[in-house]
Amino acid sequence: MSKTITIDPVTRIEGHSKITIHLDEAGHVSDARFHVTQFRGFEKICEGRPFSEMPSLMARTCGICPVSHLIASAKACDALLAVRIPETAETLRRVINLAQILQSHALSFFYLSSADLLLGMDADPATRNLVGVLAAEPEFARRGIRLRQFGQQIIERLAGKRIHPAWVVPGGVSAPLDETTRDWILSSLPEMQRLVEETLADFKRRLEQFREEIRSFANFPSLFLAMVDESGRLDFYDGRLRFVDARGDVVADGIEPTAYAAHIAEAVEPWSYLKSPYYLPKGYPEGIYRVGPLARLNAADGCGTPLADQEWAEFRDLERGSVLSSFHYHYARLIEMLHCVERLGELLEPPECLGRQVRAHAQPNAREGIGVAEAPRGTLIHHYRIDEHGLVTWANLIIATGHNSLAMNRGVLQVARHFVDGRKIQEGALNRVEAVIRAYDPCLSCSTHAVGQMPLTLQLVAADGALVDEVGRAS
Amino acid sequence: MKPTLATVWLDGCSGCHMSLLDMDERLIDVLARADLVYSPLVDLKVFPDTVDVTLVEGAVSSEEDLHKIRHVRERTKLLVALGDCAVTSNVPGMRNLFGVAAVMRRAYDDTVAGPGRGTTPSEVIPALLPTSRPVHEVVTVDLFLPGCPPPADAIHTLINELVEGRTPDLSALSRLGR
Repeated sequence: MSKTITIDPVTRIEGHSKITIHLDEAGHVSDARFHVTQFRGFEKICEGRPFSEMPSLMARTCGICPVSHLIASAKACDALLAVRIPETAETLRRVINLAQILQSHALSFFYLSSADLLLGMDADPATRNLVGVLAAEPEFARRGIRLRQFGQQIIERLAGKRIHPAWVVPGGVSAPLDETTRDWILSSLPEMQRLVEETLADFKRRLEQFREEIRSFANFPSLFLAMVDESGRLDFYDGRLRFVDARGDVVADGIEPTAYAAHIAEAVEPWSYLKSPYYLPKGYPEGIYRVGPLARLNAADGCGTPLADQEWAEFRDLERGSVLSSFHYHYARLIEMLHCVERLGELLEPPECLGRQVRAHAQPNAREGIGVAEAPRGTLIHHYRIDEHGLVTWANLIIATGHNSLAMNRGVLQVARHFVDGRKIQEGALNRVEAVIRAYDPCLSCSTHAVGQMPLTLQLVAADGALVDEVGRAS
Repeated sequence: MKPTLATVWLDGCSGCHMSLLDMDERLIDVLARADLVYSPLVDLKVFPDTVDVTLVEGAVSSEEDLHKIRHVRERTKLLVALGDCAVTSNVPGMRNLFGVAAVMRRAYDDTVAGPGRGTTPSEVIPALLPTSRPVHEVVTVDLFLPGCPPPADAIHTLINELVEGRTPDLSALSRLGR
């Protein structure tokens, strides 16, 4: 007779999910699974809509990273128009994308995960949240609020609205940047740089406390996927895809984003609404790979901005090959925030960013378009087909979080095996199982297109899978 | 005693919760005046027996959503439908035009090249309802704040007024699709 521990819902993440931990008769963890419980169906619901609606509709896949979807979708639409967008438009899309990554990383680190890092994995669950962090370390919490606010304000000033703006359109953007906004962003950057640097220093000081977590938070060999520029450096907006392995060696490079399907396939598991992409040449599930901040810093030859490059070099020194512990997603996220602040300055210093020509106008000239960008959580692929009237007939989306599906599953198993003792279940151990998921910063409403009476239930499951008994956990 | 506040998230994109966070530093004041007792942002996994105000984001799309909102309604004094998905079903409701089977087919068959192609996920996870519905079709809703998402200012006014025991006029604060 096996037992199952269910963590439902997983909290302080973006989306709906639960985790089941399967125990053998001796109470040892035999398996663990991460179940995504929401399904939205964007690949179908866009059918019959005019392609020009796609960026705005697709932004609604996610309230945290709507801009990422705007960008990937608009790039797919640029391909349908078969136009090259004006240079200023590309600069402005890069700017809004950086603002998005900055605010989303701040959300993940400060609002969702910092309670585990500052108050401890075993802290009282009643206060293990942002309110608790505000009480314990108000200055730290305010830094997070300020950084997220800054990213959101850039989006609002450029695009008119913080969440689900419509400013990124097929062919470019709908309005140019005004000088006042440019000056305001530039003048704010020194403060933001200071806030990120202080946070990075804080985080590095505390790393020693998390040795166990670093060792067991989805710390295993896998491939890593990211988009890089022509020099192999970090590029969130455009470039080619690169796979590296656990040793840090390049496995596949220079992949045109339009050729993604020759390298990536998706599998379906019956116990999750989230699909599981894998690296096609290695097969399923051996083709496990990770995306997002950790993968980007592993795949790239550098960030391409001075301060972030210094941090990147230090980060890569953690291990001889790729940095394998998913705990270090947090670390990588902070380095990327520093890079975002630096890149914003580089993009907005030259006066060309104020150019007035920001949109290419055309009718649809191609029936199929693919748009790929790096979202906060990793590589984001939008692929559309349209009919002769420009109406969408088919769409495929591979969302950043989806790429991490296999790795998140393997991660919960590893951390459960390390921390969970089925004979004496401790809340802090289960929180670590959730925390490994938080490290990936998954965005589940994105990726998939019971109010429990008890935080946990123990289920007795017969060999044929029938539920024999269920008890609430005594807290 | 401070009034208690909960936020619940059904089938939505989290944009309404993000707009709540877009209060920025005003959030600190709000969290000082009301106790956030249940939310995706905090760790407590049990919905309390009584909550003064619950904000609900998202439409009712799965059996779990249905179970959850009924449970929440029974324990909530004042239930607010927050945002267009809760108010009209909005984007989740777009699947109603096609039916669940067709939407599943696109996701798990037409676009899949690997193992499990054609599998409809059904183990452990909740089944989808035949149609996605707005919250008020399933339980009684006391207040509606539309918007995709409602602006942070509107949410701020809403919570402040409710915490003070007043019922705000929301019509001027936001509108559908905004």
